[in-house]
Amino acid sequence: MTETPSVLVIGGGSTGCGIVRDLAMRGLDVTLVEKGNLTHGTTGRMHGLLHSGGRYAVSDQASAKECIDENRVLRRIASHCVEMTGGLFVQRPEDDDDYFQKKLDGCRECGIPAEVLSGEEAREMEPYLAKDVKRAIRVPDGAVDPFRLCVANAADAIDHGARVETHAEVVDVLVEDGEIIGVEVEHQDKDLGIGEGEPGTREKLYADYVVNATGAWAGQIGEMAGVEVAVRPSKGVMTIMNVRQVDTVVNRCRPKGDADIIVPHETTCILGTTDEEVEDPEDYPEEGWEVDLMIDTLSELVPMLSEARTIRSFWGVRPLYEPPGTGTTDPTDITRDFFLLDHGDRDDLPGMASIVGGKLTTYRLMAEKISDHVCEKVGVEAECETADVPLPGSSDFSVLRDWMDEFGIRSPVGRRSAQRLGSRTDEVLGGWDGPNPTVCECEAVTQAEIHDALDHSGTDLNAVRIRTRASMGNCQGAFCCHRMANELIGDYSEVVVRDSLDELYQERWKGERHGLWGEQLSQAMLKHLLHATTMNRDGDPAASDEGVDFAAFDTGASAAVGAAGDAAGDDTDRAATDGGERRDASRVSSDSRSDGGHHADS
Amino acid sequence: MPIRDDVLVVGGGLAATTAALAAAESGKKVRLVAHKKSTLRQASGLIDVLGYADGDGPHADPYAAMADLSEDHPYRILGEEAVREGLRIFDEAVGEMYAGGHTDTNALVPTYGGTVKPTARYPASVAPGLASIDEDTLFVGFEGTTDFAANVVAEHVANAGVPFETRGVTLPFPKRFRADARLTRFAKALDEDERVDRGVGVRRALADTVREHTSGEDRVGFPAMLGDVHGDEVREDLESRLGMSVFEVPTGPPSLLGLKLEDRLFDALDDAGVRIATGNPAVGYEADGDRIEAVYVDQKGSRVPYHAEQFVLATGGLVGKGIDSDREGVTEPLFDCHVPHAEDRYDWSEEAAFGDHAFARFGVVPDEEMRPTTASGEPQFENLRAAGGVVGGADVAREKSASGVSLATAAVAGGRAGEEA
Repeated sequence: MTETPSVLVIGGGSTGCGIVRDLAMRGLDVTLVEKGNLTHGTTGRMHGLLHSGGRYAVSDQASAKECIDENRVLRRIASHCVEMTGGLFVQRPEDDDDYFQKKLDGCRECGIPAEVLSGEEAREMEPYLAKDVKRAIRVPDGAVDPFRLCVANAADAIDHGARVETHAEVVDVLVEDGEIIGVEVEHQDKDLGIGEGEPGTREKLYADYVVNATGAWAGQIGEMAGVEVAVRPSKGVMTIMNVRQVDTVVNRCRPKGDADIIVPHETTCILGTTDEEVEDPEDYPEEGWEVDLMIDTLSELVPMLSEARTIRSFWGVRPLYEPPGTGTTDPTDITRDFFLLDHGDRDDLPGMASIVGGKLTTYRLMAEKISDHVCEKVGVEAECETADVPLPGSSDFSVLRDWMDEFGIRSPVGRRSAQRLGSRTDEVLGGWDGPNPTVCECEAVTQAEIHDALDHSGTDLNAVRIRTRASMGNCQGAFCCHRMANELIGDYSEVVVRDSLDELYQERWKGERHGLWGEQLSQAMLKHLLHATTMNRDGDPAASDEGVDFAAFDTGASAAVGAAGDAAGDDTDRAATDGGERRDASRVSSDSRSDGGHHADS
Repeated sequence: MPIRDDVLVVGGGLAATTAALAAAESGKKVRLVAHKKSTLRQASGLIDVLGYADGDGPHADPYAAMADLSEDHPYRILGEEAVREGLRIFDEAVGEMYAGGHTDTNALVPTYGGTVKPTARYPASVAPGLASIDEDTLFVGFEGTTDFAANVVAEHVANAGVPFETRGVTLPFPKRFRADARLTRFAKALDEDERVDRGVGVRRALADTVREHTSGEDRVGFPAMLGDVHGDEVREDLESRLGMSVFEVPTGPPSLLGLKLEDRLFDALDDAGVRIATGNPAVGYEADGDRIEAVYVDQKGSRVPYHAEQFVLATGGLVGKGIDSDREGVTEPLFDCHVPHAEDRYDWSEEAAFGDHAFARFGVVPDEEMRPTTASGEPQFENLRAAGGVVGGADVAREKSASGVSLATAAVAGGRAGEEA
């Protein structure tokens, strides 16, 4: 083969991002297409647990061993995406002793470091655990930021020559002479300012091999190719608390059940989850009782949760799969292992494989196995390097410096920025000219970091949000949504700023609705007052087709006596006013940012 | 000696202060107890009466638009006269500090989000910026601040269809502050005309910076940070140096215009002889049948009774915690007044972010003299009245009616309390 083989990966979740990085590092010509943002599907809607493997130590030891191995790999290659919180499997008086012992033995059999703590020792670690907690097993669970992880994989893939095309939905799988030769995508009809595709157009992308890494959506892609991929999407709810009631991952130590895990994540805790099969991964009920179930059940482990403030809830859909004929009825019993379906072997339709099942912790290992398969298919011999080469932001980053002096921002803000940016901190904060104010105060995100994210997100503020965490804190964007949007003005018109703001605002609202009581309802009302009362975003004449008759409104008290403009003097006076010392015009950062000439319509 | 007054007002915002002023007009002994006196720092400082009704607007005539409101709206219960009475009390309290009293017609004011909004009264410093004055406008913002982007404001105001040209420019403030300095810090520097390099006062330095960027505009608008105590002086100084009119654009929190209004209202309370006790929350009450005898205030752990003949509840809405909620329901926590709400909490809000949310209208249900009523429609207590955000029935955010509802309900609640005490 003379040309570099080309591979097309569908799906910008952890699996797709992992594969595109792996294959790009192996020297292949790779393109990733994703219909929404990176992490738009399941990856962006999970509890952020970095498994130690403890959860699978009894039921599925093969998965448990993979988890502990990959847990160690990610701590090495993605240190800025991981917080090693440690984890506890907590036993309440009514929980089975035998199962506790099985869990402990299972962990040890799988090579997962496990230590038994008395109830008292566990409460010393986590003071808000219930007083009657009996024992706990301590394991190396952690928290992982799935957004940052995917973005880092995609960024590294791009650095290795890959093309990453978000907001490009596959509308057809191209089949020729009994073989899959590529896909047709439709680029979203809106110029986001990123990607090579022309907005609103369709584009055919040909490749030597296609990887369907769309998880819960794999059946839909399969259908376009004429093959059946029987994914069984299963939904789960996650509820975000306003603070970290626990600093350790807290699991309930019992065989299985809903609402059995609390994951500390950045400034919040995430309560999870449920497991219920749904028909359509994009259209399923999201109901209040599911939120109540999280709070009520997990209060048995951490009683203060019953009175604590939740800031929003969200649902994710697992891409569960089991080989035809297995016939498991309860989704919680379906294996969490992943499957590679080679449609050549399986359906006599070569040129594509589908990946289903799996979990975030082992995304890299899955990507490695799939990439091995792809390389074999296209005849490339290359070693996988992803377990050893750190992701961008994660290299040689061991000492957090005092960023305040260096970059002119307050130290708590600098510390948070550095935790997110890792070894890219210098590049992002150091490369910024002029004052660098905080845009999102809840999450301590500065203007420089917003602009760095905008470079990769175009006008999509939700993409900025997942990269930076801006608007994801307690106020849910009340104080910062519009500030984030304002940062677009140098490169885009006010109409784009407004549309992007509306989109982000509505996205935040969707999840907030599930936490609307108590403090968070007060917060929502304040947000409503700022954005509707003061900014009049809901009654904006600029967004209305009906013109406003300005002459019908108050023109001021002085107009009534015919003295308008008196205070201002007339134009000839202006030249006579104090010329003073002129400041250097170059202090203005740039013309595009500071001078936005505009003419009124009338 | 027990604390005893004729009228006790509970709360510290616009409604509470107005109710206290209304009650004091009767010559009775009035006391105001407030947990915090800082609710107005969130407010723009504009006094809206009614800009939109039933999704329609902006309306130039707020009084005519009242007919389109639903029958349980406080304006419909109290009538136009209550609104006029509230505005009279307000106008007398703030004097020259505010404008708009010369007409019944709404003004359209540009705010920091960029577009214009209808309002009935506006600070004098905002007046030269009205969108119905046909004068080309330069908006000036500052580097290092993120709430107010001058280019966004200029383009947005233009897109709203105003009859003049606009331009925005972002400049370095002549004096550098530490990172994330608030607009209040900028205001202080202008207030005291602090020196910048080479000994030049910051006002002159600012005028010099701005002058370089003007190009024939008639007026220049800044985010509301042009001084605090000496705001008028700062603005006059800049106007004479620049030779054009200078105005302020209302901002979000911390809102200097809101804070200044709060100070003025508390001064007016002093002038009217109202006693003020702030810093401690009201936590309970004592009643004899359908008459309240006293309200208990928590003072460092001890419950101190405040006796009075008449009581006004003006503790605010959801934001001020005058209305509380949990997963099960919505309550008025001090007197446990009836607050109607749907059983399913998902019916409290709409899917659209700016939808017709039921939660925005949560509050007590008043009779025609502002007494909160029970579920069966009877006054809960004969000597308790309510005013402001704690009163339900109005979506003050969508209607742009927040201040007007506070003033009208306070005028009636405070006025009747004063008469009957």
